[in-house]
Amino acid sequence: MPLSYQNPVYPYRRNADQDRSGGHHPVVIVGGGMVGLGMAVDLAWRGVASVVLDDNNTVSVGSRAICHAKRALEIYDRWGIADRLRGKGILWNLGRVFLRDRQIYDFNLQPEEGHAWPAFINLQQYYLEEYLVDAALASGLVDLRWKNEVAGIRQLPVGVELDIVTPDGAYSIACDWLIACDGAGSVVRRTLGLEFDGKIFEDRFLIADVQMKAEFPTERWFWFDPPFNPGQSALLHRQADDVFRIDLQLGADADPEVERQPERVIPRLRAMLGPDMPFELDWVSVYTFCCRRLERFRHGRVVFAGDSAHQVSPFGARGGNGGVQDVDNLGWKLALVLSGAAPESLIDSYDAERIPAADENILNSTRSTDFISPKNGASRAFRDAALELAASHAFARPLVNSGRLSRPHAYAASPLSTADRDAFVAGPAPGAPLIDAPVEAAGGDWLLHHMATGFTALVFGDVSPRDRARLAEGPVPISLCVVGEGAGSVRDAAGLIAGRYDGRAGTTYLVRPDQHVAARFRQFDVAALLEARDRAMGRVREAMA
Amino acid sequence: MNRLLTEPRLARADDLFEALVEAHRELDEAASDRLHARLVFVLANHIGDEAVVLEALAVARAAALE
Repeated sequence: MPLSYQNPVYPYRRNADQDRSGGHHPVVIVGGGMVGLGMAVDLAWRGVASVVLDDNNTVSVGSRAICHAKRALEIYDRWGIADRLRGKGILWNLGRVFLRDRQIYDFNLQPEEGHAWPAFINLQQYYLEEYLVDAALASGLVDLRWKNEVAGIRQLPVGVELDIVTPDGAYSIACDWLIACDGAGSVVRRTLGLEFDGKIFEDRFLIADVQMKAEFPTERWFWFDPPFNPGQSALLHRQADDVFRIDLQLGADADPEVERQPERVIPRLRAMLGPDMPFELDWVSVYTFCCRRLERFRHGRVVFAGDSAHQVSPFGARGGNGGVQDVDNLGWKLALVLSGAAPESLIDSYDAERIPAADENILNSTRSTDFISPKNGASRAFRDAALELAASHAFARPLVNSGRLSRPHAYAASPLSTADRDAFVAGPAPGAPLIDAPVEAAGGDWLLHHMATGFTALVFGDVSPRDRARLAEGPVPISLCVVGEGAGSVRDAAGLIAGRYDGRAGTTYLVRPDQHVAARFRQFDVAALLEARDRAMGRVREAMA
Repeated sequence: MNRLLTEPRLARADDLFEALVEAHRELDEAASDRLHARLVFVLANHIGDEAVVLEALAVARAAALE
């Protein structure tokens, strides 16, 4: 248990399903970690109730996912918790790479101004989960069931039946959709007997949280072959509460049982931090990493999200951030399918979009891990050659890979997207997430705040009252965000919105409920928007060529 | 599109050969491997086209005897 943090204990409570049979819920989420809670909060934000089952009664034990990327922060902003992360966490944009005892270069992950959120905020996972629990409870739509452990799962013709064990006995419920957010060791995945194969890395890494009053700047520091850990690598991140995350590569031969003992850990940290730095060891673990995923994430009415579906090595912060983007992708689709507005096949697009995203994360984190822990003489020679050149030549710096840090996946081949027929020289292409920009308003404001819960048409210019009315019709209306000068318009004083979207009079982006682009046009055209919206809801299927 | 040039282009091949060998004279195997790798990166960046470099790699691999 970390010294700097006391885990809250959430109460186990009896629920109505324990005193009846035939309890049924539209959505049951297995796992109350950051991904499962995120799923529940996103659904609640869309007006959908859910039950969350967690086998424990607290938040994350240990700091775990600490680097929250810009896109995840934008999602947390939508859920109303991002300001809490900003208040408590550590904002950073800059990374430094060291070779032996000297810095070889630095990099800024967000070199341009005019974004609400930084490249990253570092914050221990337990704080994020506390905020998510608070948001879930405040919504009134999330039934959080602590100490409720899944013991059995049966797929029904339509839906899923679950057996659940609690401190005072077992009970069963059924649901329309089961969302498995129960982590890398997923009970749901094992119960369904699904293969979870991939690449396992031999190198062992010591991961320690250290509490100290150190003057290290709020930057990501990565060392190759540092004097305090010769032949290996090291990574330093600042977290909240004067806690620092230190990763030390130990090599393939290290004995994890021996290496996690404080009498081994403390001298290693002492060598890194210097003889005079007082510190307390908060939390320590020895890991090997793997990169793997399920072949499919949807299995009937069971959908996997986060580490239960895919696992990556930590270099790049792609685990937690990838998991949050899973539920960001799934939430609006589930809401539309449950309301009857979209066909059930819309859920298949979760596979079509999130499997390429998982593959991108796996590819990047595999390459980073291979660079950091070269597996043969040739890969070590290339690695070291790139590092040596990078010290004096900028051209070699892109070859150095200390982690390719999490970026949102652009769903380039999504069946939900309408392909561009007009030319754009800038702006997010169909499938890509929106790019934030400042909006002129008293106190400052941001473009992403003007996106609706559902679909939004982002329009440069004017929209007639008749067209406004047509977009507002039907069960799935399209809200408007007009960039211009008229009343109710978003003002683009600095011209940054127009620049980032190649916006001219008539330019229109159709934005999905997850703030990814569904379609874009040079002319505002209601019929084209409605067709693109229907395609984004899985209601228009392209004839297969 | 650029393509790899494989016709003879070096006027002072003997000089180049000697300089390459000479550069490795004092190096152990690991240092020699790193020098090769640095040279590959410098030349690849000069070429500035990953496809041409991959074509060169294929030519180099295919020329191995045995």
